[in-house]
Amino acid sequence: MDAFNYHKPSSLAEAVALHRDAEDPAYLSGGHTLLPTMTQRLATPSDLIDLEGLTELTGIAAEGRTLSIGAFTRHAEVAASAEVRSTVPALADLAEGIGDAQVRNRGTIGGSLANSDPSADYPAAALALNAVIRTDRRQIAADDYFRGLFETALEEDEIITRIDFAIPSCAAYEKFPNPASRYATVGVMVADFNGTVRVGVTGAGPCACRAPAFEAALSARVDPAALDDAELPAIDFNSDLHASAEYRAHLVRVMAQRATARLVEAS
Amino acid sequence: MNLTLTVNGVEHSLDVPANTLLADLLRTQLRLTGTHVGCDTSQCGACTVHLDGRSVKACTVLAAQADGRAVTTIEGIGSPDDLHPMQAAFRDCHALQCGFCTPGMIMRAIELVESGAALDNRTVREALEGNICRCTGYHNIVKAVLTASDTMQEQAQ
Repeated sequence: MDAFNYHKPSSLAEAVALHRDAEDPAYLSGGHTLLPTMTQRLATPSDLIDLEGLTELTGIAAEGRTLSIGAFTRHAEVAASAEVRSTVPALADLAEGIGDAQVRNRGTIGGSLANSDPSADYPAAALALNAVIRTDRRQIAADDYFRGLFETALEEDEIITRIDFAIPSCAAYEKFPNPASRYATVGVMVADFNGTVRVGVTGAGPCACRAPAFEAALSARVDPAALDDAELPAIDFNSDLHASAEYRAHLVRVMAQRATARLVEAS
Repeated sequence: MNLTLTVNGVEHSLDVPANTLLADLLRTQLRLTGTHVGCDTSQCGACTVHLDGRSVKACTVLAAQADGRAVTTIEGIGSPDDLHPMQAAFRDCHALQCGFCTPGMIMRAIELVESGAALDNRTVREALEGNICRCTGYHNIVKAVLTASDTMQEQAQ
């Protein structure tokens, strides 16, 4: 790994100032994408700005119909949180299925959303649960947040502080995991808000997206069969050595139907 | 940069370059070579140690991120004359062949048992997804973890 300057700011303002003053900086959260990328020299930032310890980025709280999770919350903490389990158990299940135990002990929800890997799990939840991404300077609706391959609405020096999820009446997440990495080849979250259903899809295209025709079909009738002929989201499906575009398209429907079946079971 | 961390109960104050990985600090600076580096990209789990009691892959943690924290390595859990129950179970169940993955397997397995989760063949296999063994086919590793789980629970009572 190439040399870099390491900073551990004690406030959000200091973190942003460090970022603005550095030549080629990167924020460090759990580090489970950034550090392996750096050891392979695919990224060589001049400065790492460690966000651990910033109190604005921590804590989990449910209030009314909103579940608010601090950006620095690690996957294992989301999975184990009584607050998450009691309000959106599907989100705890999703966190429990990320990577492996050691990765879940380090990786963070904010880091995952900021990176926006096309196969990451949390983006499906952000869209299905109508999340608001709170940053050091504004709020961004999840619908406006995912822009493309590893591309988000975040500005260069912007820091996610919290993610506010809308609490659904019921939700379920199903993914077809890559057998080695546990990344989602395709993952789908279906969330029912008193009859209005939202569907978030990850792994299928360059970034997470919603499936409008699936949402319309399920809002009319929460039944896996309602998706038999529903139109797939209009995206360029990813194709790589793990799955062809055709296979991913197929998986979107199958994962959505499995998630819907769990919704039916649960209600 | 200067940092202070506790490793296996002993406090160390060290001056290391910022790009030092925890795995390299342990192996090179402290000569604790029981922590193995297999893949260097957080896939294989051979470098698993405990950071404040949680298992982490030391190849994907900066030494700086361990500043002020407590690290436990395979050297910190038992000795040749007084093996940790997990080490004893790995020996008794023939849960290793070349042994390269064993330190990481054992550190992860100890955290798993200490978490108090109900364990069976399937849950142990899932819990060890972040640790790769290329020799054994995992069967005896799972057996060892379940055996040690019983011993550790008996000792805790």
